[in-house]
Amino acid sequence: MKAAVIVFPGSNCDRDIADALAKICGMQPHMVWHKDQDLPEGLDLIVLPGGFSHGDYLRSGAIAAQAPVMRAVKSRAEAGCAVLGICNGFQILTEAGLLPGGLMRNAGLKFICRDVWLKVDAADTIYTRSYGSDAVIRIPVAHHDGNYTADERTLDKLEAEGRIAFRYTDPEGNIADTANPNGSARSIAGVLSANRRILGLMPHPERLIDPIQGGTDGRPMFNSLMEAFA
Amino acid sequence: MNPNDIQVTDDIVAEHGLTLAEYARVIELIGRKPNFTELGLFSAAWNEHCSYKSSKVWLKTLPTTGPKVIHGPGENAGVVDIGDGQAVVFKMESHNHPSYIEPFQGAATGVGGILRDVFTMGARPVANMNALRFGAPDHPRTRHLVAGVVAGIGGYGNCIGVPTIGGETNFHASYNGNCLVNAMTVGIVQTDRIFTSAATGIGNPVVYVGSKTGRDGIHGATMASNVFGEGTDEKRPTVQVGDPFTEKLLLEACLELMAEDAILSIQDMGAAGLTSSSVEMAAKGGLGIELDLDKVPTREAGMTSYELMLSESQERMLMILDPRRADRARAVFEKWGLDFAIIGKTTDTGRIVLRHQGRIDCDLPLGALADEAPLYNRPYETPPLPPAIAAFDKKVDPGQALLHLMGSPDLCSRRWIWEQYDHMVMADTIQRPGGDAGVVRIHGTTKGLAITTDVTPRYVAADAVTGGAQAVAEAFRNLCAVGAEPLAVTDCLNFGNPQNPQVMGQIVGAIQGIGDACRALDMPVVSGNVSLYNQTGELAIQPTPAIGAVGLLADIDRMATLGFKAADDVILLIGTTKGHMGQSLYLREIAAQEAGPPPPVDLAAERRHGEFVRGLIREGRLSAVHDCADGGLLVALAEMALAGDRGAEISTPLDEADKTAFLFGEDQARYLICAKPDFAEAVLAEAEAQHIPCTRLGRTTDRTGRLTIDGFRPISLAELRSAHEGWLPGFMAAKPQ
Repeated sequence: MKAAVIVFPGSNCDRDIADALAKICGMQPHMVWHKDQDLPEGLDLIVLPGGFSHGDYLRSGAIAAQAPVMRAVKSRAEAGCAVLGICNGFQILTEAGLLPGGLMRNAGLKFICRDVWLKVDAADTIYTRSYGSDAVIRIPVAHHDGNYTADERTLDKLEAEGRIAFRYTDPEGNIADTANPNGSARSIAGVLSANRRILGLMPHPERLIDPIQGGTDGRPMFNSLMEAFA
Repeated sequence: MNPNDIQVTDDIVAEHGLTLAEYARVIELIGRKPNFTELGLFSAAWNEHCSYKSSKVWLKTLPTTGPKVIHGPGENAGVVDIGDGQAVVFKMESHNHPSYIEPFQGAATGVGGILRDVFTMGARPVANMNALRFGAPDHPRTRHLVAGVVAGIGGYGNCIGVPTIGGETNFHASYNGNCLVNAMTVGIVQTDRIFTSAATGIGNPVVYVGSKTGRDGIHGATMASNVFGEGTDEKRPTVQVGDPFTEKLLLEACLELMAEDAILSIQDMGAAGLTSSSVEMAAKGGLGIELDLDKVPTREAGMTSYELMLSESQERMLMILDPRRADRARAVFEKWGLDFAIIGKTTDTGRIVLRHQGRIDCDLPLGALADEAPLYNRPYETPPLPPAIAAFDKKVDPGQALLHLMGSPDLCSRRWIWEQYDHMVMADTIQRPGGDAGVVRIHGTTKGLAITTDVTPRYVAADAVTGGAQAVAEAFRNLCAVGAEPLAVTDCLNFGNPQNPQVMGQIVGAIQGIGDACRALDMPVVSGNVSLYNQTGELAIQPTPAIGAVGLLADIDRMATLGFKAADDVILLIGTTKGHMGQSLYLREIAAQEAGPPPPVDLAAERRHGEFVRGLIREGRLSAVHDCADGGLLVALAEMALAGDRGAEISTPLDEADKTAFLFGEDQARYLICAKPDFAEAVLAEAEAQHIPCTRLGRTTDRTGRLTIDGFRPISLAELRSAHEGWLPGFMAAKPQ
């Protein structure tokens, strides 16, 4: 397995995701600066990490989506390379047009950092296979702009094509407004591209991979990737 | 414009916060009248905030050394050895006055400033903490301040990507006109790559990096050295504006360059900006410094030398570089998109010379600025004793009293606050907010750092010496309660106007108490900050000497947490319970009295009990640990039950009349610990052998959701949780009256 993590100015989960890949997948990813034009050859996976790229002073992810490296990311994505965007990375993917929809300010208007429950809606992907269908997992979120939105047709299409990877639920896996931390449309926490190779999600699986962190529900995502690219 | 065309008059001297006697001293030191720019420099260097002129004689009495202390007070932050070639770097600092005027930016720049203090020394920040004090909940400004301060702290820490892992928050009417925002940062550095501020070498380039300089924050430190009166709101322009994104770039650029041998010395531009950084660096190095202010990157045209030197624009650093490495340094900062400008050089003159627009706008001896600030041994009196406790109803049902306390402003859950802080970024948080201490794993190791901030202002107000000692003792206890070995403390001393002898008496007493406790508990004071004039008119804040403490966990697998883990664990109480009700929250919240002496602090007992509990944790024999603090034993028990979502049954050893005092008294040096029954027997025997008071209180139960105390109606955990979790969100969501 060969992976790269893109580092934007203001990324702050780049080290965390690199550590998770090293710890679970046993590989050191290439750290690629946003101004680079090219990516290493033979990549299986590109990760856009969490953080506040360019301070998120414009719309979250909007400036990073225009970074020089993003042209290379898009062309690799078109060629089928897996692209994972977590939190700010998800925002960048929507701003770059690699995933549909957008992330608005949380419905409660405040930054939210806490564990949330998620149901794995699409278990047949390179990211989620190890979870099993309809698994309910606990993963932290930490964001101010995680309120997923898209027009109704897009949302219908995502559902019809099974491209909703995760939804916010209660601990029993039930969708409820009270279990939706940020007001996301249809409780969407993560979405997939049409070819199911690009995943964007607001929760941070890299933060719960070791019992000492309070849980290990983030681990199966990395196990899935490792199996996919073994 | 030449600022020195402005004539220095007595009025202008007074506006600069200098007394006429201090001004006469300036003239004596430099042998002439200062010009306007020079007066500005003296004002910045000699104000209370920068010079500690009212507190220094007392601060000198604090213990600041120890076998593990690498740098004590005097550097940007304290540095303590944690083994394996690493050291922990930490400091707590106040940003009170700006936060009251403009809470979001005031709090945000407070976090930014303390982060810079830590990474200036070469450390990567790994955790933030804070200690917040607000006015009474029914004061019209309180809600606005809580919302702004919390959003500001979160906005800065979340963006830069350093977890905020805990803190404390109190509400009291004495803070109605002066909230307190004390921010603490903890970082980790390689012991062979620690950077300090003393300039070295003659003719070396003085380099400015970071953000451009604007007109914000001019005289911020002087503003922070004054009592608030009418017109406080007009001081908004003295509050700085934070840019955490630029600080993140500055952090990464500095750490990248610090991995090489290019930086000879470095100092962040905090209070009094370019003045304090250039003066401190040159004076500490015994050198001189010459700056060409035309080279300073600015974001506004037409700034004068006076404004350039006194601006408190954020996210800036001053460095002395190895001239051979200057190009490499420039490349690093330009990669991160930051300004980099050589603005001067070190000299051997012992003077600071400022050139601007072809003129020399300032030429002063550094010693006069840095070392000759006036020192005051201000008159002080022991503040009056609090009123004696009046008779109160001791027959209140403990369940009802507990429900009330757990839902009171000072004891309710702070979840509404800490869920707005990213407390997990960096993926090393192993004890999240809500426990006795926040704990982060030392990255890439199996060791951990435990961090806590503590002070009980009502105790300090009632008896400053005891209150000062209690703040340190509670910090010690919180570290022991998670299993950490206490290393050292930072102090953030917040008081009113020191020119009031009673306030001065609080300062003197609290420092004495802190010193006593730090000596007895082997926790030297390695850094700190003093914030005086937290006063509006005649009303001073409750004395609030906040203690930030750091401890080391040798093995993170042997860490204790407070939640009950299983049914039928035995609950033991370590320490002696006399039922001390003076200054207790029960007395204040249930009996409506702020009265009596604070609980006595027995430092020898604190130490023995703390070491005993820590030893048990290290042996892996305890399933849960919590210290008894605000609210006493029953509150501690309830917090353990809520955290573990399990009930408990306890019996009280005293007769009925004293049960209130037993359950709610705030006697010190106590812990509640849980162990499996066979372990519990061994613990009791061992405690007896070591003469540690240890009492069997009862047992944990399954998820029946009740606390049961012998002879009383059971208390529902669901009701407790609802009261505990409900108050703060409810308060913040309510419309102002």
